[in-house]
Amino acid sequence: MKAAVIVFPGSNCDRDLADAFERASGRRPAMVWHKETEIPAGTDIVGIPGGFSFGDYLRCGAIAARSPIARAIVDFARRGGMVIGICNGFQVLTETGLLPGALMRNAGLKFICRTEPLIVETTDSPFTRNYARGEEIRIPIAHHDGNYQVSEAELAALRDADRIAFTYAHNPNGSVGSIAGVLSENRRVLGMMPHPERRVDPAQGGTDGLRLFTSIVDALAPA
Amino acid sequence: MQEPKITDEIVAAHGLKPDEYQRILDLLGREPTFTELGIFSAMWNEHCSYKSSKKWLRTLPTEGPQVIQGPGENAGVVDIGDGQAVVFKMESHNHPSYIEPYQGAATGVGGILRDVFTMGARPIAAMDALSFGEPDHPRTPRLVHGVVEGIGGYGNCFGVPNVGGETRFHAAYNGNCLVNAFAAGLADTDKIFYSAASGVGMPVVYLGAKTGRDGVGGATMASAEFDETIEEKRPTVQVGDPFTEKRLLEACLELMETGAVISIQDMGAAGLTCSAVEMGDKGDLGIRLDLDRVPVREEGMTAYEMMLSESQERMLMVLNPEKEDVARQIFEKWDLDFAVVGETIAEDRFLVFHGNELKADLPLKALSGEAPEYDRPWVEPPAPAPLGEVPEVDPVDALRILLGSPNYAWKGWIWEQYDTSVMADTLRGPGLGAGLVRVHGTDKVLAFTADCTPRYVAANPVEGGRQAVAEAFRNLVAAGARPLATTDNLNFGNPEKPEIMGQFVGAIKGIGEACRALDMPIVSGNVSLYNETDGEPILPTPTIGAVGLVAHIDEVIGALPEDGQIALLVGETAGHLGQSALLAEVFNREEGDAPPVDLEAERRNGEFVLENRELVAAATDLSDGGLALAAFEMAEAAGIGVTIDADGSTAFLFGEDQGRYLLAAGFDQAEALMVRAAEAGVPIRAVGRFGGDTVRLGEAEAPLAELSDIYRNTFARLFGDP
Repeated sequence: MKAAVIVFPGSNCDRDLADAFERASGRRPAMVWHKETEIPAGTDIVGIPGGFSFGDYLRCGAIAARSPIARAIVDFARRGGMVIGICNGFQVLTETGLLPGALMRNAGLKFICRTEPLIVETTDSPFTRNYARGEEIRIPIAHHDGNYQVSEAELAALRDADRIAFTYAHNPNGSVGSIAGVLSENRRVLGMMPHPERRVDPAQGGTDGLRLFTSIVDALAPA
Repeated sequence: MQEPKITDEIVAAHGLKPDEYQRILDLLGREPTFTELGIFSAMWNEHCSYKSSKKWLRTLPTEGPQVIQGPGENAGVVDIGDGQAVVFKMESHNHPSYIEPYQGAATGVGGILRDVFTMGARPIAAMDALSFGEPDHPRTPRLVHGVVEGIGGYGNCFGVPNVGGETRFHAAYNGNCLVNAFAAGLADTDKIFYSAASGVGMPVVYLGAKTGRDGVGGATMASAEFDETIEEKRPTVQVGDPFTEKRLLEACLELMETGAVISIQDMGAAGLTCSAVEMGDKGDLGIRLDLDRVPVREEGMTAYEMMLSESQERMLMVLNPEKEDVARQIFEKWDLDFAVVGETIAEDRFLVFHGNELKADLPLKALSGEAPEYDRPWVEPPAPAPLGEVPEVDPVDALRILLGSPNYAWKGWIWEQYDTSVMADTLRGPGLGAGLVRVHGTDKVLAFTADCTPRYVAANPVEGGRQAVAEAFRNLVAAGARPLATTDNLNFGNPEKPEIMGQFVGAIKGIGEACRALDMPIVSGNVSLYNETDGEPILPTPTIGAVGLVAHIDEVIGALPEDGQIALLVGETAGHLGQSALLAEVFNREEGDAPPVDLEAERRNGEFVLENRELVAAATDLSDGGLALAAFEMAEAAGIGVTIDADGSTAFLFGEDQGRYLLAAGFDQAEALMVRAAEAGVPIRAVGRFGGDTVRLGEAEAPLAELSDIYRNTFARLFGDP
């Protein structure tokens, strides 16, 4: 598996995400600077990490979605490439239009960092195949703007198409339908607010996040 | 532009006393220019010159085989083996935080992070020690919300995990809150960067953000008391930009890899002035600055304003001229300013040009070397009021009162607003004693704690000083870490008052004794004086930040007991209730002496815990609230009940004797611990057991859920939903 991790000047989970990919696949991802205009040839999956890409002084992820590399990510996804965006990466994905909806300020208006129980809503995706449907997993969240909103019609469409990947067991931020992560129509783009890369080693307090990365590795393994 | 003429009023407005101004006149043999006066005021204020504290700071122990760099640089550097070092410091941002809580606290975090990465270290952990006034004081809620959001806003964006700290509330802080920010970073021992310039004719380079008018005079403001004019001081508070800081971090670390950096210094208090003088002074060189080349974000700034601006996220560097191109490219990559603004010169002069005019021509070494130093008069503080009779209490009722006080309630309301797990190496975040962070890619673990009990220091400065260090020592030991070194952040009132100076002198004596006895030298620190409003001082608050090392992750001692484990009390219990949390919170009395600290027993008991860690399932130190609060906190964190039935007396349950730990251990392990303690001459006693769903203290009991509800919701009740 060949992964590429995007680095914006304010990314601060890029190393953690690269470590998680490496732990699952045994291969160090390429780190791709935001001023690049192409995804490295042969890339299987692009990871957009958490952080504050351009300080998030405008809407979170808005400037990143207009950076040179964002265009390359959109092309890559449209050609069927796999993309995962975590936290700020999820915000970037909604800003590019690769995923529906928007991430608003948390309902309580404060930054929240704690480990939350999530429900795995679907295993029909290359990101969640190694979980069980309905399984509860514990993954940290750390965000100020994780309140996911889509219109009622879009929500119904997401549900009908089984595109909700994860929900919160106890909605911490006001997200519609308690949504923590959603899939693209072709199921190859995932955006999620929680940080699976912070739960890949028992020393971190659990390994519930590791199976997301091994799912990706398994999905990409030659059959 | 014509500079104003120096008058007595202008001198006084710069915080310079008449005799200090006379010293300037004698030194120069002429009247200073307005810019020069500003430079002197920046260098000679209390904040930058340590003029009241220097004499006493020199008495602190600062050396040890583990110390690579002690006080005097941007941060202390301590060896952690394998060619790696931990770089850390704690610094206050009290005055700005009281005036403008969000930006004051945010830039406090920014400043301390910069101190760490200036030395070549990537920050890996942050902590904050906060002191606020009474919860129902009209200013307190705004300060609590603003300070916590400011710390989070900066640290979360920068991307450093917050792993601990402390928060207290007391009427003595109604007019002056304290914000003490700690940061630690990781570096290779052969890649540490210092501030001493070297080489004549070397380019002096300005890095980072542009210079504006924010923070002009900030260091002078921070060296004065507050009165009713405080709102007028808001423009002296700096504005932080953590996104720029993050880019500055990455650019500096990248730059340091290239060999381009001869020396580097962050621009903190009194920005360009302090950083340039520091680099020249340490390198025995002069500095020439051309302010026309300084990147500015405002039109028409004067030399005076540029020299005193405290705009954030800036650095000054002496560059290896052969590497100028590569250095410039790195800063362009990160979209940061890079400008050659001067050069080192052989003469001992500080030359500042602006608009082709010489605005300052000062002897550089004298700016720091000739700064006034005072041996301020001091008196022994009065003996504390004797401890009157303390009636026996229902221990569970007393515990309810403690848990309902913001001093002892669960503080997740605060730390859940901080990113505690970014960098993915946090093994233990805030709330469970010392914070634990794995050294990335290794099995080593660093432990961090920040401690002080100001009530004790006020009652007995020497004992209180000892206690702050001893508590830090215990917090590290309880996590299985060997204490390495400390940073001290000394917050006091007006040193011109002999009784305040007496507190300072006593606390330093106690801190020094404890650091020597416990082998925890001071490697960095900061002094914040004049924490007074309308003549009312804060409680003396010498915060001790300490760092320890666990050699292997498997040697970490747990924090969470399990159902059925025995509760063992290590250390001597005499039942000391003077200045206790129980006395303050339940009876509203602050009486009696601080608990005595037996440093020999501290060390012995600490060694016992470390040597027998394989038998210990979980451990915590005993401090405020004594055995009762420690047992509750430990059990509650694990979601189980606890029974302490060895003795139901108030003094036994709530006494704050020092040198003690509460351990959880299985039956066989507990037995083995008791045998080994007897052999080692360490007092130990089985005092109860963990488990069930009730909390029982002596004969009294309550459901865990009921107490937990009080404990977890006190902050929301007082300050609203987080």
